[in-house]
Amino acid sequence: MSDSPLPAVDYLKIPDDGDPYLEGYKCSSCEAIFLGERANCAKCGERDQMETVTLANSGTLYTYSIVHRSFPGIDVPYISAIVDLDGGGTVKGNLINVDPEPEKIEFGMPIEVVYDDALGRKDSEGNSYLSYFFQPSNAAS
Amino acid sequence: MTDAYVVGVDMIKFGRFPDKTVPQIGAEAAHLALDDSGLTIQDMEALYCGNLGQASGMVGQRILQEIGQTGIPVVNVSNACATGATAFREAWASVKAGLYDLVIAVGVEQMGKGLLGGAGGSKGISKEGLLGSGTMPSVFAEAGMEHARNYGTTFEQFAKVSVKNHHHSTMNPKAMYQIETPLETVMNAEMISYPNTKLMCSVNVDGSAAAIIASEKKAKELGLMSRAIKVRASVLTSDPWQERDLVMPDVNTCTRRAAAAAYEMAGLGAEDIDLVELHDCFATAEILHYENLGLCDDGEAGRMIDDGEVALGGKVPVNMSGGLLSKGHPLGATGIANIYEVSTHLRGEAGQRQVEGARIGLTHVIGLGSACGIHILEKAS
Repeated sequence: MSDSPLPAVDYLKIPDDGDPYLEGYKCSSCEAIFLGERANCAKCGERDQMETVTLANSGTLYTYSIVHRSFPGIDVPYISAIVDLDGGGTVKGNLINVDPEPEKIEFGMPIEVVYDDALGRKDSEGNSYLSYFFQPSNAAS
Repeated sequence: MTDAYVVGVDMIKFGRFPDKTVPQIGAEAAHLALDDSGLTIQDMEALYCGNLGQASGMVGQRILQEIGQTGIPVVNVSNACATGATAFREAWASVKAGLYDLVIAVGVEQMGKGLLGGAGGSKGISKEGLLGSGTMPSVFAEAGMEHARNYGTTFEQFAKVSVKNHHHSTMNPKAMYQIETPLETVMNAEMISYPNTKLMCSVNVDGSAAAIIASEKKAKELGLMSRAIKVRASVLTSDPWQERDLVMPDVNTCTRRAAAAAYEMAGLGAEDIDLVELHDCFATAEILHYENLGLCDDGEAGRMIDDGEVALGGKVPVNMSGGLLSKGHPLGATGIANIYEVSTHLRGEAGQRQVEGARIGLTHVIGLGSACGIHILEKAS
């Protein structure tokens, strides 16, 4: 079992000395941005021209749904959000610190990416995980 | 190239058949379609079978074990919710190419109840409810909310789709449900993923549908032209790259591309279409496809449902069968069931729900991941 939390997804990076961040793979030929390691570009087909980029911790809400029924054992309701990050890259995650009501959610609202324990979820070996969340960028964290 | 015609087509009444096997359910539709054409399995030169749940299980061959092992070539296809349309298209292509003169396509599915969707991989911990939702109601809610973002589409407008399709299904004895479902009932049903309530989600059912496709020469030789349906266009697309691809499946672009190609192949425009069976896997999805299929201009879909243009008696009735929302959505069967519905109207045999004077119809499915299949059908003259 690992002493420190593991990343919930492979595009979340946890440096030994520094803050966690989201990593993208950017095609140096057409500048398309992807999540997760890859060799070839799905946009232009270029091979072996991927470079890693650090994605921004700020962005805007593109679209969302409010989930009231999920798979067994998943706490509801919650906001499933798709966020366009400043500077490129689109990620999906839970929007927190907003009431899960349509009146409280605005398209295009400024969002910040925050990092926290993965809702207490552990794998079969008991490892803890670090995940990322979205919150309105004016919210007190 | 020869023209290809549907000379027999049918579906079973959709429902839940836990005591039957997948091949048994498929065999029933195959028999119905053969009977509709007056032909037998011995007349078929190839079988194209669509099924998802047992994609590696040789379902097409097992259907022949139920109805007659004639030794013909069998192709089993799997293409998410476009599976049935893909099987139909492969059958059509084989006739168009001159390989065969008479073939059968069967789509079949046996579904469990409950939510469909991915939980985001098996490694580590579950991502559902941690990194948003991968459930289908949520994915299509997010696609609908993109439309709301662009055009101000309301929860009520999305809900009206379900009211309409449930109304249509009251006139379709082969639909899973025949229940009038008023707006308040739809909007007050259990919220699954806003803005999709439970009654705005397609019904998971078991079902099958089948079609017999013939070359023009064969259809004439057999004297089957009087009820034959000409396949004016068959198109399949996958989704081109989009910047939000990795987190948000795009069902719009592949539909728009397929529609443009289908209209071009048929030499027709959206204004020529008399009725449409489109992929209303969720009420939010149907709204998107009015625009994607060119039934109205961009931004007009909300008005279109408000004005009743897509209901029976309207400009272009959509989902007269009751759609996936009420007829039900047995994934592998859906694409061929759509072809049955449109063909039945073109033949003037749709009874109470008949779209009067229907000459040309369009079917559309989306398999998430993604595949879009569109067929344009016309009554043979």
